[in-house]
Amino acid sequence: MTSKTKNLPAQLTLPAPKRLNTAWKLRLKGLALPVLIILVLEFVVRIGWLPSYQMPAPSEVALTLRDLAEGALWKHISASLLRVLLGFAIGASLALVFAAWVGLSREAEAYLEPTFAGLRSIPSLAWVPLLLLWLGIDETSKIVLIAIGAFFPVYLNGVAAIRDIDRKLMEVGQMYGFSRARLVRRILLPAALPGLFTGLRSGMSLAWMFLVAAELIAATKGLGYLLSDGRETSRPDIVLAAIIVLAVLGKLSDGILASLEQRFLAWRDTFNGQSAED
Amino acid sequence: MTEHLLDIRVARKTFATTTVLHNIHLQLQPRETVSLLGPSGCGKSTLLRIVAGLEKDFEGALHNNAAQVAFVFQEPRLIPWLTVEQNIGFSDDGHYDKAWVAQLIEEVGLGGFSQALPKALSGGMAQRVAIARGLYSRPQVLLLDEPFSAVDAFTRMKLQDLLLQLAERHAIALLLVTHDVDEALYLSDRVLVMDNRPSSIRQELAVDLAHPRDRRDPLLAQLKVLSLTELQRAHVI
Repeated sequence: MTSKTKNLPAQLTLPAPKRLNTAWKLRLKGLALPVLIILVLEFVVRIGWLPSYQMPAPSEVALTLRDLAEGALWKHISASLLRVLLGFAIGASLALVFAAWVGLSREAEAYLEPTFAGLRSIPSLAWVPLLLLWLGIDETSKIVLIAIGAFFPVYLNGVAAIRDIDRKLMEVGQMYGFSRARLVRRILLPAALPGLFTGLRSGMSLAWMFLVAAELIAATKGLGYLLSDGRETSRPDIVLAAIIVLAVLGKLSDGILASLEQRFLAWRDTFNGQSAED
Repeated sequence: MTEHLLDIRVARKTFATTTVLHNIHLQLQPRETVSLLGPSGCGKSTLLRIVAGLEKDFEGALHNNAAQVAFVFQEPRLIPWLTVEQNIGFSDDGHYDKAWVAQLIEEVGLGGFSQALPKALSGGMAQRVAIARGLYSRPQVLLLDEPFSAVDAFTRMKLQDLLLQLAERHAIALLLVTHDVDEALYLSDRVLVMDNRPSSIRQELAVDLAHPRDRRDPLLAQLKVLSLTELQRAHVI
């Protein structure tokens, strides 16, 4: 038996060169459209079809980005990153606690769900003035806003994930006379994991959205501040540079969650899409 | 009375306003194989769930003298994130008896698949794992709810033989729910033909044949005629 399990990875790595090849091909396919857009933009701006004070050439944006990277960019990035991570951590962990509570107990659902449904129907940005009044314009109000933004997607997906669990799997545990805690640990939690990850990933993207909102309104540093600074000084290249950095950071944070998801959920038997060759 | 492994009396079992089971008395002896034969929806699965203790809301009494009762569901119901090995030892969390699990894997003919995930198994293989999981707790009674209804006819025959072999080897009594007349007759010492809803036991057929049996045995054919007649009278077919 052990020899068999030892052989398994070897068999999987055997066609590696070919798999690597297709992975690169996939990446190149994904790059085609952005590269094309950049080239067209560069051309259109260079020959003067678009005024460069409105739409700077991509090369110009790249130069701005380099200048920023030598100066203030890191200060802005670290300020924003800290806010997002703190806000997301607070919002998501509160959401997980409440999702587990409401998902597991009908009683808790009866008490809590109507309130959450009501709060959810408030567009989260409507909290901004109140937060500014109550908490001032410093860090706390921004982090609370981001936490509110991250809370609802995680909470909603968490409750749905628990309620979507196949009753038939739960019955297997009940058949063995598992206690409630053991049912949660052995069946409920792992079975709810796919839904929880969906919630965490959309919570993360909302956290970035609310970060920008918070920083656009009142901040002295951060990527949102860079955006409004670029607008006030009529520098679209700075605005675009900040947008690019936000995109990269958003993609990175989502990528981390996605790779965690891949690792924990390798057991899922799901449709992965068809390639052109199939 | 004490020599019975199981003694179940169901005076009445209702879902909302419909009565599904009515006046049923069922006993199971050690090492005996008994089939409940009837159409889908006649309440035989409910009866099995009552025996398993999954259904507690009924009028009647359940006397269980077996130390261990295990259940094999209609679908394999394997835990998708656990390997074959972990699924079989599921009831003992992480510290299951590895040697016993390995032996069961060999006995159900899945040698080499201990580390496979359920998504890599065919329907027949998954049901073998489910049977092994049922055997893990060393039960004296194994309850099976239409265990082979989702696999093809040839796989079904193989799994039936496997089940008989395992029951013989581990001295297990089987209580089986099925809507397959041939399956009921081939496997069982007694076949209980169920009435339509509200269902009760309409007739008991003793299958007086030694194991291993020949599927072509004329007695099986005779009994099939009998049970089909009985099912027709019950307006089941």
